[in-house]
Amino acid sequence: MEFVNSRKDDLPDLRVNIGSLKIANPVMTASGTFGYAREFENLMNLHRLGAVIVKGISLYPRAGNPPPRIVETACGMLNSIGLQNVGVDRFISEKMAYLAELNIPVIVNILGDSLAEYQEITTRLCGVPGVAGIEVNISCPNVKKGGVAFGTDPSMAAAVTEAVKERADVPVMVKLSPNVSDIALVARAVEDSGADSISLINTLIGMAVDLKTRRPVLANVIGGLSGPAIKPVALRMVYQVASVVSIPVIGIGGIETAEDALEFMLAGATAIQIGTASFVNPRASEEVVEGIGNYVISEKLPSVRDIIGQLSVDLQ
Amino acid sequence: MSQYQEKATVIRTEQFSEKNYRLTLDSPDIARSAKAGQFVMIRAGFGKDPLLRRPFSIHQTSTNGQIQIYFKIVGRGTDMLARIKAGDDLSVFGPLGKGFVIHENFPALIVGGGLGIAPMLFLAKSICRLKGDCGNDQIILGGREKVEVEPLVKDFKEFGIKMLLATDDGSYGHHGLVTDILSSLELHNRCTVYTCGPEPMMARVYEICKVRNVACQVSVESVMACGMGACLGCSRPTSKGTYAHVCLNGPVFKAEELVWNS
Ligand SMILES: Cc1cc2nc3c(=O)[nH]c(=O)nc-3n(C[C@H](O)[C@H](O)[C@H](O)COP(=O)(O)OP(=O)(O)OC[C@H]3O[C@@H](n4cnc5c(N)ncnc54)[C@H](O)[C@@H]3O)c2cc1C
Ligand SMILES: Cc1cc2nc3c(=O)[nH]c(=O)nc-3n(C[C@H](O)[C@H](O)[C@H](O)COP(=O)(O)O)c2cc1C
Ligand code: FES
Repeated sequence: MEFVNSRKDDLPDLRVNIGSLKIANPVMTASGTFGYAREFENLMNLHRLGAVIVKGISLYPRAGNPPPRIVETACGMLNSIGLQNVGVDRFISEKMAYLAELNIPVIVNILGDSLAEYQEITTRLCGVPGVAGIEVNISCPNVKKGGVAFGTDPSMAAAVTEAVKERADVPVMVKLSPNVSDIALVARAVEDSGADSISLINTLIGMAVDLKTRRPVLANVIGGLSGPAIKPVALRMVYQVASVVSIPVIGIGGIETAEDALEFMLAGATAIQIGTASFVNPRASEEVVEGIGNYVISEKLPSVRDIIGQLSVDLQ
Repeated sequence: MSQYQEKATVIRTEQFSEKNYRLTLDSPDIARSAKAGQFVMIRAGFGKDPLLRRPFSIHQTSTNGQIQIYFKIVGRGTDMLARIKAGDDLSVFGPLGKGFVIHENFPALIVGGGLGIAPMLFLAKSICRLKGDCGNDQIILGGREKVEVEPLVKDFKEFGIKMLLATDDGSYGHHGLVTDILSSLELHNRCTVYTCGPEPMMARVYEICKVRNVACQVSVESVMACGMGACLGCSRPTSKGTYAHVCLNGPVFKAEELVWNS
């Protein structure tokens, strides 16, 4: 229907639709792991990406946390970057021109500590050339509610979604926090409030201890766990969310290879994001695009869309 | 500024002591474009654990496309690297960061302590190559004991820079600290002191430079995930009250740009 077959026959059809946002393939870069894309321009072909999601942007610049901010853990890492960023105005004036020139969809990840802040950032992003979508990071503390993260409470998650949707002139993707007891509940609340799509998961809260110094390793004490270690949790949550919402779901968490990505798509993800893997292999996202293409060809699939949600589950 | 992700074949492994090793890698793109003070990120294995690359200073490069790293076993990644054999492949990413700034017309004084000697060979070589004659330059190298210093001296001596050596236990050179030697030297008022080593050593070197009013460049470390400005994990407080990122703004800084706890 929407996919007019204009492609050359030897190229696999990797196009997917995230609501009204049409992307050339299902691979995006995860916020906070790909800088503002320019960092990677000499290391890979940025044009191969389905979309770029940039480092989370707040209303005003944030300095971030004191070091140490990262520590490696088994098959993963903890980070407590503290959402360091240049602020929305400098993002628009200094970073956006380059991104707009790339001619690939740019999704701006936003964060705030109040509904008003989320709304104000959204307003300032309206009409900015090159912005194809907004991803809302709701794993941030709500200052008015004593620092409880918006994403941990379905009604607060719904309120942020509504606030951003009210102002946004582009599709809105809401990024869920996995640090909740019922992810499906939050997902439904977000869908009901008008989200165009849902991405998950953000990092799992964790901690590392240094026995020698008897201190936490991170200056911030706790941090977000990412990398292959979180993949099983992410897959489970994507599966649960995709089963209860009808908007597109974007899978994130420990994806390093095309096989990982395809597993998420089977579990119900329409697209995926590559995070920590880009630190280890700056070309990871491009290699995943290639790998998915090879899979579509070798499995003789009409398009990559034919595997979305095709997981066979025998419930006893 | 080009960076490369190379599959580098290990040409040679050298063991200098129980824990200190040197690897020679065939890495032509990195060798060709590297500057003294820059570093590489190396994967110690190919699996998911350990996950992250490890940062190492470029010890020296050669015109036939090789680079060396000089390292000490301190944990899992370095232990794995110490077991690498000639002929094995390693994934090497670099060259990364900003290197040393060399001033052609004024004397250089290099102060390297322990593993901080690693980037200094490349620096000494670059200074000598640029100036043609390094008769006014000096190097102070120090370590805890003889095995941390002596095996490296031969390579430094090749360019004829004046060398001063020290060990904490007196087993080689001056019995004491590199900073003792530095304090005893007369410094040209336009000279630049280049230093890399343990934090307290660099802090002391900077203190001496401040008192003598000479320029000081330091090469510092930080935990790193990406090595190229994408993760913002390698922050270090600056004297302006902001954070610098060691992989991007450094690892070489003007000493006065950073906060030092003495
Ligand atoms: C710019 C730069 C240049 C360096 N150059 C050299 C060199 O030439 N020779 C050398 O022997 N060492 C050098 N180091 C330190 C070297 O990176 C660490 O010794 C190494 O990462 C330890 O890894 P591991 O797995 O053995 O230790 P583990 O303690 O098991 O490592 C756990 C994690 O902590 C990190 N880490 C541990 N110690 C350090 C450290 N001192 N600095 C940064 N990260 C650390 C590791 O990278 C890893 O992510 C350099 C560090 C930096 C930042
Ligand atoms: C260093 C670092 C910084 C991150 N910064 C952000 C951020 O600013 N906003 C956000 O929504 N997610 C951020 N994330 C979370 C990632 O986008 C992603 O959801 C998470 O890392 C899980 O995916 P992965 O296992 O592929 O890394 C960050 C992750 C890391 C490791
Ligand atoms: S190590 Fe990632 S930004 Fe410096």
